[in-house]
Amino acid sequence: MIRPHRSHPLWIAYLLHRLSGLGLALFLPVHFYVLAFALNEPERLDGFLRFADNPLVKIAEFGLVFLLAVHVFGGLRLLALEFLPWSPRQKTLAASAVAAAFLVAGTFFLQAV
Amino acid sequence: MLGLRLYMAQRLSAMVMIPLTLGHIAVMIYAIQGGLSAAEILGRTKGSVVWFLFYGLFVLAVSLHASIGLRVIVHETLGLKGRGLEIFMWLSGILLLATGLRALFAVTL
Amino acid sequence: MISIYSFLLETLTAINAAPSFTVIEAVLSASMQEMDVSVWRGDASGGGLEHFRVPAEESQTILDVVAWIQQYADPTLSYRYACRVGMCGSCAMMVNGVPRWTCRTHVKKVLKDNAITIEPLRNLPVIKDLAADMDPFFDKWVAAGGVHHPTKTRNEPIEILDPKTPERVETDTGIECINCSVCYAACDTVSSNVDFLGPAALQRAWTIYLDPKDADPNVILDAVSGKGGCHNCHSQGSCTLHCPNGLNPMKAIAGLKRATVASFFKGGR
Repeated sequence: MIRPHRSHPLWIAYLLHRLSGLGLALFLPVHFYVLAFALNEPERLDGFLRFADNPLVKIAEFGLVFLLAVHVFGGLRLLALEFLPWSPRQKTLAASAVAAAFLVAGTFFLQAV
Repeated sequence: MLGLRLYMAQRLSAMVMIPLTLGHIAVMIYAIQGGLSAAEILGRTKGSVVWFLFYGLFVLAVSLHASIGLRVIVHETLGLKGRGLEIFMWLSGILLLATGLRALFAVTL
Repeated sequence: MISIYSFLLETLTAINAAPSFTVIEAVLSASMQEMDVSVWRGDASGGGLEHFRVPAEESQTILDVVAWIQQYADPTLSYRYACRVGMCGSCAMMVNGVPRWTCRTHVKKVLKDNAITIEPLRNLPVIKDLAADMDPFFDKWVAAGGVHHPTKTRNEPIEILDPKTPERVETDTGIECINCSVCYAACDTVSSNVDFLGPAALQRAWTIYLDPKDADPNVILDAVSGKGGCHNCHSQGSCTLHCPNGLNPMKAIAGLKRATVASFFKGGR
C-alpha cells in the first residue's frame, strides 16, 4: 500500500527507477559470472544457454530487458529534468518512459519465443 | 551523503551508458533470433577491437554508476554511513569491475 | 417586594424555558452531522490517535475542527496557528496522511467516510500533540546559504532591477514561500537522509543565487554541494505536488544542480 503523500506519478516513477536499478545491480555480477564461462568452460555456457530456452526463463529475461529499458528511459527523463530547460510535462515524460520500456522489452520477448 | 563529485560521476556515467545500453538491447534482440549458442556469441565478439572497446567502456561506466547507486540505496534504506558506507561503495564497485573485466576478456580476447 | 417578584419571574421563566430549550437542542442535534476526527496526542516520547466527535458545519476548515476540539472537548490539545488566512505558515499538519495548510483546507475536500485523521507534520520532532518542532527546518534554511550577502551599504542608492530579466522571472516563481514546511514533510529524501537540506531551504538558496544584488553566489553553491546538498534530491516531486502556494521546489533544485555542474566545469570546484 502506497502512503497517501506518495500516491502520484512522479513518486511511482522514482520507485520504478530505484527498483530497476537495484535489480540490475544485483543481476550484473551473475551475468558477468556466466559470460566468463566462455573463457575456460564453453560447454557450461552452452549448457546455460540451453537452460535459457525454458519458457519460464524467457519470461524472466523479458523482466530483465524491461528493467534495463525502464532504467534507461527513466534515466533519460531525469537527465532532461536536471540539465535541459525546465519542462512541466514531467508526468507525460514518466509515462512515456514506461511505455517505451514495454515496447522494447515486448519486442525482445517476441523475438525470444 | 552524495556530494557534487559523486553526483557528477553518476550523471556522466549515465550519459555514457545511454547509447551503449540501447546498442546492447538492439544486439540482444538481433542475436536471440533462432536461439543462442556460445559459438555464435564468441564468433561475433572474439578478437573484435570494436566490441572490446564497446563492452570495456560499458563495464567501466556501469561499475561506477551501480556502486554509487547502491551507496545511495544502502544509506537511505539501511542507514549505513561514514567509513562503512565508503567501504561498501568501493567494494561493490571493485566487485563489478573485476567480474565485468573477466567477462569482457573471456568473450573478446 | 420587587425582589420576591423578580425571583418568581425568573423561576417561572426557567421552568418555562426548560422544555422548549430541550426541544431546540433535540432539533439541532438531529440536523447536526458529526464527524469522526482522530487526532494524534502525545509528545517526543510517543503517543497515539485519540477520537473525537466534532459537529460538521457548512463551511469549515481543518483548523476550525482542531480549534473546536480544543475549545469544547479537550482544552489540553496543543497546536499552532496564527493568521488563519494562509500567510504565516504556522498551521501545517498531516491530514489523512498528506501534509496540508489546515487553515485553508476545507473539511469537505478531505473528508473520507465521514472521518478525518489529523497528525503533526512528518519528518520533524514533535513538541506536543499537533505542534511539531520547526527548529531542524529553519536550521537547514540557514545551512543552505539562504542569507543575503550584501554588495552595498545603506548609504548608497537602491539598485534598480529589471523585472524582465530571465533570472528575475525565474526568481519570481520561487519567492512566495511561507515556510510552512509542507514540502519538508512531504519529502521522502528528508526522511531517509538526515542531512538533506530539504526543498524549501534549497529553493530559497536558488532564489538568492539568482539575485544580481548578491555579492557571493559561489558561497551558496558551496553550501548546497555538501553531503546534504541538492545532489541528494531524487526528483520524487512530492514537494511540488503538495506545496500549498503552487511553488516548484523540484525545479529550483534542478536549477541548483545545473548551476553547480556548470561551476564544476568552469572553475574545477
